[in-house]
Amino acid sequence: MTELKLPSIDYAALAPILIMLGAALVGVLVEAFVPRRRRNAVQLALALVAVLAALTMVILHADDRLLTAGQAIAVDGPTLFLQGSILILAAMALLLIGERSVERGGAFVAHAAVTAESLDDRRQAEGVSGTTEVYPLTTFAIGGMLIFVAANDLLTMFIALEVFSLPLYLLCALARRRRLLSQEAAMKYFMLGAYASAFFLFGVALIYGFTSGIPGRVAGVDFATVHAAVTDSPASPVLLFAGMALLAIGLLFKAAAAPFHVWTPDVYQGAPTPVTGFMAACTKVAAFGALLRVFHVAFSGAAWDFTPVLGAVAVLTMLVGAVLAVTQTDIKRLLAYSSIANAGYLLVGVLAPSKDGLSGTMFYLVAYGFSVLAAFAVVTLVRDADGEATHLSRWAGLGRRSPFFAAIFTFILLAFAGIPLTSGFTSKFAVFAPALDADQAWLVIAGVLTSMVLAFPYLRVVVMMWLSEPGDATPTVTVPGALTSAALVIGVLATLVLGVAPAPLLDLANGAAEFVR
Amino acid sequence: MEETVEYAQASGLLGSVWLLVAIPLVSAAILLLLGRRADRWGHWLGVAAIGAAFVLGLTYFFQLSGLENKSVEQNLWQFISVGDFKVDFGLLFDPLAAVFVLLITGVGFLIHLYAVEYMAHDEGRRRFFAYFNLFVAAMLLLVLGNNYVMLYFGWEGVGLASYLLISFWYGRPSAATAGKKAFLMNRVGDAGLAIGIFVMFATLGTTQYDEVFNGVGSLTATTVLVLGLLLLLGATGKSGQFPLQAWLPDAMEGPTPVSALIHAATMVTAGVYLIARSNPIFSANHTLQLVVVSVGAVTLLMGCLIGAAKDDIKRVLAWSTVSQIGYMFLGVGLGGAAYALAIVHLLAHGFFKANMFLGAGSVMHGMNDQVDIRRFGNLSKYMKVTWLTFMMGWLAIIGMFPFSGFFSKEPIIVAAFEREGWTAWLFGGAALLGAGLTAFYMTRLFVLTFHGPARWTEDIEHPHESPKLMTIPLILLAIGSVAAGFLLATSVPDWLQATGGLGGQEEGHEAVLAHWLITVLSLLVTVLGAGLAWMLFRDGTATEPQPAGVLVTAARRNLYTDAFNEAVFEKPGVFLTRALVYLDNRGIDGLVNGLAAAVGGGSGRLRRLQTGFVRSYATSILTGALLVVAAFLAVQAGWLA
Repeated sequence: MTELKLPSIDYAALAPILIMLGAALVGVLVEAFVPRRRRNAVQLALALVAVLAALTMVILHADDRLLTAGQAIAVDGPTLFLQGSILILAAMALLLIGERSVERGGAFVAHAAVTAESLDDRRQAEGVSGTTEVYPLTTFAIGGMLIFVAANDLLTMFIALEVFSLPLYLLCALARRRRLLSQEAAMKYFMLGAYASAFFLFGVALIYGFTSGIPGRVAGVDFATVHAAVTDSPASPVLLFAGMALLAIGLLFKAAAAPFHVWTPDVYQGAPTPVTGFMAACTKVAAFGALLRVFHVAFSGAAWDFTPVLGAVAVLTMLVGAVLAVTQTDIKRLLAYSSIANAGYLLVGVLAPSKDGLSGTMFYLVAYGFSVLAAFAVVTLVRDADGEATHLSRWAGLGRRSPFFAAIFTFILLAFAGIPLTSGFTSKFAVFAPALDADQAWLVIAGVLTSMVLAFPYLRVVVMMWLSEPGDATPTVTVPGALTSAALVIGVLATLVLGVAPAPLLDLANGAAEFVR
Repeated sequence: MEETVEYAQASGLLGSVWLLVAIPLVSAAILLLLGRRADRWGHWLGVAAIGAAFVLGLTYFFQLSGLENKSVEQNLWQFISVGDFKVDFGLLFDPLAAVFVLLITGVGFLIHLYAVEYMAHDEGRRRFFAYFNLFVAAMLLLVLGNNYVMLYFGWEGVGLASYLLISFWYGRPSAATAGKKAFLMNRVGDAGLAIGIFVMFATLGTTQYDEVFNGVGSLTATTVLVLGLLLLLGATGKSGQFPLQAWLPDAMEGPTPVSALIHAATMVTAGVYLIARSNPIFSANHTLQLVVVSVGAVTLLMGCLIGAAKDDIKRVLAWSTVSQIGYMFLGVGLGGAAYALAIVHLLAHGFFKANMFLGAGSVMHGMNDQVDIRRFGNLSKYMKVTWLTFMMGWLAIIGMFPFSGFFSKEPIIVAAFEREGWTAWLFGGAALLGAGLTAFYMTRLFVLTFHGPARWTEDIEHPHESPKLMTIPLILLAIGSVAAGFLLATSVPDWLQATGGLGGQEEGHEAVLAHWLITVLSLLVTVLGAGLAWMLFRDGTATEPQPAGVLVTAARRNLYTDAFNEAVFEKPGVFLTRALVYLDNRGIDGLVNGLAAAVGGGSGRLRRLQTGFVRSYATSILTGALLVVAAFLAVQAGWLA
């Protein structure tokens, strides 16, 4: 019997995670004790303060490079960079979630239990203050994401996956309007998410089996052991490859890579738009953070074997995202397919086995996060009496009605299309260049070709906004409240600045691009 | 030992040389930006800007003449910095640049003054002066730059101004076409110059004049030859020399002051400037010099022949410009002391040719814009000032002693005879023959215009002399036509000594003929040519085209050069364009549209897979999972490796 030893825990290094989870718990208490009238303000302030405090801790500990909690958590460059990214993007998403002036009562349902399409439902849609549980749920999700990108063993990673996924399933169901669509989205996301989690867990089990029997090591699923097992294990490599495949599927599901992307359009469309933005920005960062760590740390010895398979997945993802975006008629679904295609481009960066590939991917995640949040912020503003007008035909002539917001949206679409002087160009360059250096020209060629296809749906929206005559059905753009304005300004400015002067962030990403083992 | 070129830093008053470029440029910007609001006074601003530049130029000139090292440069700011490629926005004021500055601003000022009246009834006068100022600014930048990129900048700038002004009356199809023709032919030359600059940077790593000239010695003969030929291509394009001469006569579609300033006195001499400035490159290779001399000789004869067959007063003058620049090319090609002779001829030509163009403008002004010399005659009675001033120009261009052409052209003929062996006879003979032909066709022009019986069209009763604002520049330029040659020929060669490379006196060969004999011969052919023309045309000429022999027909058709261009370049070009358009419409567009349709169709079909049912999504994920696992196992088994 080995003696059970308590692992040493570096609380300071874990502070961002602890702050977010702590704030979520306090948020639950706020729900119970603070009067309904003041709950929204208190919750929003609490969540934002927690995010900023966590961000401060990340910045203070920017030079930490350590393993803690019995090697279950790695606090290193990528962890800190990605945690910082998640926190900044989450702050923007919280601003959108907290917006109450664009729609009376906010984007969220007042009572989630009210039957959809009932009389009560119609009454609550008229402007009863939205439910405030969204804040603790969001805070929990952020905490889970922070663990997810820091997890240094597969079980911790699985727990983190569940911690951030479950609140997201709930958040998806909380739209104030079109509640059936929203609930359907949540249901689909939950069922398919559970399904994918099972794959992940099965993969963990196979890998655990694979690690047993290495001379001088105990079986385990921490990344150091897995890394050693890849070269030294006497067990059948079938275990390794089947396990690796199943793990990858669990992660690729979250990353929305084809063919595990099927949930994305439905969920992006059904979820409340601020939540969609949160998922598109933060979940992407978390999922790719985990993918980077798993494949660059644990399985780096098998890079020759996984690269062609994941490369094929990347190409398929780019193709599916780009081609299907062409015929979309709903702006949220269009952005969903764009997000799928972007997952393909990100995979190109993940597969470049170099420091530049790692830093390029991290840069891409941040740049894309800012742009996509700004895009969904604009979507929340284009409304008519029935809420957001997301059908593309309704956007015709928007440039005449609201040239300012149409111009902003045009700029963001150009960034998505990768036009120079926007972050879309620099970030694509940041992932394609290392891929070329690593002799993966086929991925880059696929990336460039699909980018061309993808430019079409973007430009179609631009053309529709500017060159069509506004019809009676063209909605107006609501004047955004201070919170949405702030998020929009941050997103657009970041898209511009990262396009014009990307060097500081690239340097930061480069400096952070080294995992501890 | 090679002589090294060194430039001093500009200091004191010379530190403001940039004003020369800035003043006309600002004036042009004001005229263009203010639009109609400047219509009432805009032309005077344009004139004043050039006047100010001339006064400044004179000041700098005297300042420079007092200096020890007569080449001062001024680097204003770094213009381009990419890797090893650095270009300064720098100016160089040396004797060569100084004489050009005086020519451009001096003659430019007179022509601006003339244009105030000439364009008085044109609605676009302000626009005209804006382009005119822009031209002067670009031309000054061209001659003041201290590296080839600055020169190229000015080169394209004068080109732009030239196209804008040729097609100034863009409502006329002929003017618009002439602008296009000038543009296209200049592109050929400009491409040559640009590639030349690339070669310079590729082999020497710099485009600064001093560094390039000091580095020429380290280049192989072939590199120098290629570099020189590319620069020469640029020079022939801008200066209307063979084989790129065809645009210059058509450029006369622009207003007459434009023809006088841009297409006679200044811009078209930019090629001569380029070669004179790059003299260390051209002197370094004898083959190169031979090519330049040949271009000059061919062009000067060609210009004479065609000029003799034309009936449009401005076209005759244009072809005479082509021919006279041929003399200048001959001069710069001969090298050594002849560089200075070419510059002297360039300056003298600037005066007398501007004088004659303005005279032609004055004639047209009085004759309802008639340009056909067969329809003139007897104008000496009605336009005394124009007649007398034109006479000065005529005597100057044919090289009659003691007018300026004699002092500037005759030394070039002598220099051509100083070459080695048979080339002396060839080029000397060509230059001498050219002198005779020039005398012939210029006399024809002069006599048909001002003497003999009147052959006017019915609508003209009393041709009137032009107003003072037009005749005063004519008189000043006529004085220049008389006196400039002697003054320039005695002072400029010494003055140019200080310019890098231009001072190098090569040991000349003995002329194959005695100097005095050449002088007598050239005067003789001049008198012969002029006398013959006088005999033939003093009684006027038919007003309708007459049947003519092979040579005259060929000359009337520009020696078939236009036909050649059309057959060799235009027809295949048009065919190629049509073929490409066809390919684009049917092939590429078809491919693109087909691809787009395929993507759209594929998208529509794939969309149906997105059924909305969780069960089918789960199936999709499961299928994907099976595929990924299978792929991993296949990789592991080595099937995919």
